[in-house]
Amino acid sequence: MPQNRYKEILQKSQSLFALLLMIVLMTILTDNFFTTGNFWNVLRQISVNLCISVGMTLVILTGGIDLSVGSVLALTGAVTAGLLKNGIAIEPLNILIRYNTFGAVSAGLFLGLILGLFNGVVITRFKVAPFVVTLGMLTIARGLTMLWTGGYPITGLGKFSVIGTGWFLGIPLPVWVTGIVVGIFMIIMRKTRFGRYVYAIGGNEQASHLSGLNVKRVKIIVYAICGLLSAVAAVIVTARLDSAQPNAGISYELDAIAAVVVGGTSLSGGRGSIAGTVLGALIIGVLNNGLVLLNVSPFWQQVVKGFVIIVAVVIDRSNKSE
Amino acid sequence: MNNLEKKDIILEARGVTKKFPGVIALNNVSFKVHRAKVNALIGENGAGKSTLMKIFSGVYQDYEGQILLDGGEVKFTNTRDAQSSSIGIIYQELNLIHNLSIAENIFLGREPLTPFKFIDYNKMYRKTSVLLKELNLDLDPRAPISGLRVGQQQIVEIAKALSLKPKILIMDEPTSAISDEEIATLFKLIKLLTDQGVTIVYISHKMDELFQISDRITVLRDGRVVDSFKTGEVTEDLIIQKMVGRPLKELFPRTHTVSGDEMFKIENCTLVHPTIDGKYTVDHVNFTVNKGEVLGIFGLMGAGRTEMLETIFGLHPNMSSVDVYIDGQKTNITNPSGAIKAGIGFVPEDRKLRGLIMMMNVRDNINLASLKRSEKMGLISEKLEEEYAGQYVEKLKIKTPSLHQKVANLSGGNQQKVILAKWLATNPRILLLDEPTRGIDINAKREIYALIDELVKADMSIVVVSSELPEILGISDRIVVFAEGKKKAEFGREEATEEKIMKAAIP
Repeated sequence: MPQNRYKEILQKSQSLFALLLMIVLMTILTDNFFTTGNFWNVLRQISVNLCISVGMTLVILTGGIDLSVGSVLALTGAVTAGLLKNGIAIEPLNILIRYNTFGAVSAGLFLGLILGLFNGVVITRFKVAPFVVTLGMLTIARGLTMLWTGGYPITGLGKFSVIGTGWFLGIPLPVWVTGIVVGIFMIIMRKTRFGRYVYAIGGNEQASHLSGLNVKRVKIIVYAICGLLSAVAAVIVTARLDSAQPNAGISYELDAIAAVVVGGTSLSGGRGSIAGTVLGALIIGVLNNGLVLLNVSPFWQQVVKGFVIIVAVVIDRSNKSE
Repeated sequence: MNNLEKKDIILEARGVTKKFPGVIALNNVSFKVHRAKVNALIGENGAGKSTLMKIFSGVYQDYEGQILLDGGEVKFTNTRDAQSSSIGIIYQELNLIHNLSIAENIFLGREPLTPFKFIDYNKMYRKTSVLLKELNLDLDPRAPISGLRVGQQQIVEIAKALSLKPKILIMDEPTSAISDEEIATLFKLIKLLTDQGVTIVYISHKMDELFQISDRITVLRDGRVVDSFKTGEVTEDLIIQKMVGRPLKELFPRTHTVSGDEMFKIENCTLVHPTIDGKYTVDHVNFTVNKGEVLGIFGLMGAGRTEMLETIFGLHPNMSSVDVYIDGQKTNITNPSGAIKAGIGFVPEDRKLRGLIMMMNVRDNINLASLKRSEKMGLISEKLEEEYAGQYVEKLKIKTPSLHQKVANLSGGNQQKVILAKWLATNPRILLLDEPTRGIDINAKREIYALIDELVKADMSIVVVSSELPEILGISDRIVVFAEGKKKAEFGREEATEEKIMKAAIP
């Protein structure tokens, strides 16, 4: 095996080592950390962030960013919940369309895809910075959420909430959902042309274009995927709370970016992996969970989390510059 | 050492060794720099030239051996240290800040100040004007770098180095990006500087330049000084032999003969000027290339050669028009992927910026434009990928420890071969090569020339754009000369001479 592969593996196992260290520490410091119940608890807690982070990884790999994921989550969750509970009334025709769980979830996912598609098209067609376009979408989707919900939560969603609370084969359903998403995208990123092109475009957009890659199309698809996965996360959030909150998902974009970056993906694009992001999300999840168990004040939790993010990236940087 | 020689040697490296992880870049190198002379340093890429220069200029501090300045040992701890000892350096890569003006770049970090500690722009512009005039560059000191051509930028770098009034000026391949006119100006300037007592260390690949301006030539190979000559006492052949370590056979192998029919026809290739209305960057150009033929395209900087290749390749669909005929068939190309489908490959001038994904490995770069054939049921088969990439590594003799090596870690010549491999993997009928041997060592050059010869023998048609006359004359079957976006002349291989080509190329 070539030398730089060893180095790569060593660097990857560095974050794995950090995670194990944290697990050991938390196990020593608290009584309830290393228990089966808490194990699933952590995984369930990170399932939402990780689902979004997978989409964010793709976007960041192309050298972009998506700030709208939290708002898209809120809007698609609210739409799913609203359709499920109230259906859609078309008043002039006096028709009320009712939705079952499958229909409502599909509608939410479709909406997420469309919102992401919109981001991607504006970014590539009009050459606007992703930061700006998705910042606009952040506000638009939040506003639409308020309009749709009137500012009130939509609660009481019936058996839909099983998706958030149920178990299957001894594993919580949200963990299933995110696990499947992670699995699919690991294969896509490693084994398909699309995945390779994402890396290539992030590494050198001009060279990719010259090599005949359809740069615009790949980028549009990436943003659409990010929107879609935000909507998948919305299904989990909404089902778990058995309600859609109009202010759901606030600052989720930052958690997702944090997981991606802690996982070793470069913000300038071209370098990183889904596996890294899984580790990043786990590190942040274990940290959150542990600090709660340690009864650390939520205010301090934020401070610690911030430092962990910075330290992780500093270590990553110094590895790369060697 | 007698006193006379002591006075003659201004700078000296004595037994200098510099190691990097895994390589010895310099191995017990001794090199004397003669006062007020042009001291040329030549060697292949990776021979250690740049490393030595970086020790002279204070970039590297951890080396074994001694550096002597005016006979006394010095140890620079940083680049500023070297600057204050009057050693200036002009790097091969341009280090200018594009959104700042010429003057701001030249005086970056040492801006003249008013008594109130504000930047004294008047003084800065005035000083810059004087410098630019000395260099025969008619530019406004307030103009931003981004508006300048590469050649002009290079001269701004030189002005920047000169503004420090160095006693020793190191130039690392200063002519690699500038036109012949600009080179002539530069050489006049070098003469002027040496007359004023400035010492020049001149690094270059271009043999004819060394013989034109240098007083002494030192050859480096594999981190060692192989030999040192007075320029008048040595021949080009001997220098090349010393550089590569063995007698170099013919640099331009030529085993093919053109016999094929017309393969590629370009009619009315036109590209509008991006900013000036009614002006064309490429102005109604026509040419043809036969099967198994190398067409050389020569022109000075800004003649529109690169832009013409880009237009053919579909990079400017909204600003250009061109009729492309391949094998008699009219082909409409609006983007690179269309061009590739039509059987065209394009090796761009700038390897790092436009040719390679630097952080990707050799395998992925080679397969990038032809990844589809490595697919099995929608998924990439690693086995097929390695097989395809491996074939080209072998065929083009790409020197890499493995297929998984990042291309950033390869030498320039091998990087260029990776790009060629990427295009060969698409099975092109026509290859457009833009400065295919820029900045690569002489052995790699020879290998690329041999490859071009081999490819046309297998009936490929190749268009080579180059600003090196010996290269154009050496490899082309026919030569087209460009100036100001227009085709100015066309010569057959037999009738072409350097004089004829230059005459046609000057606008």
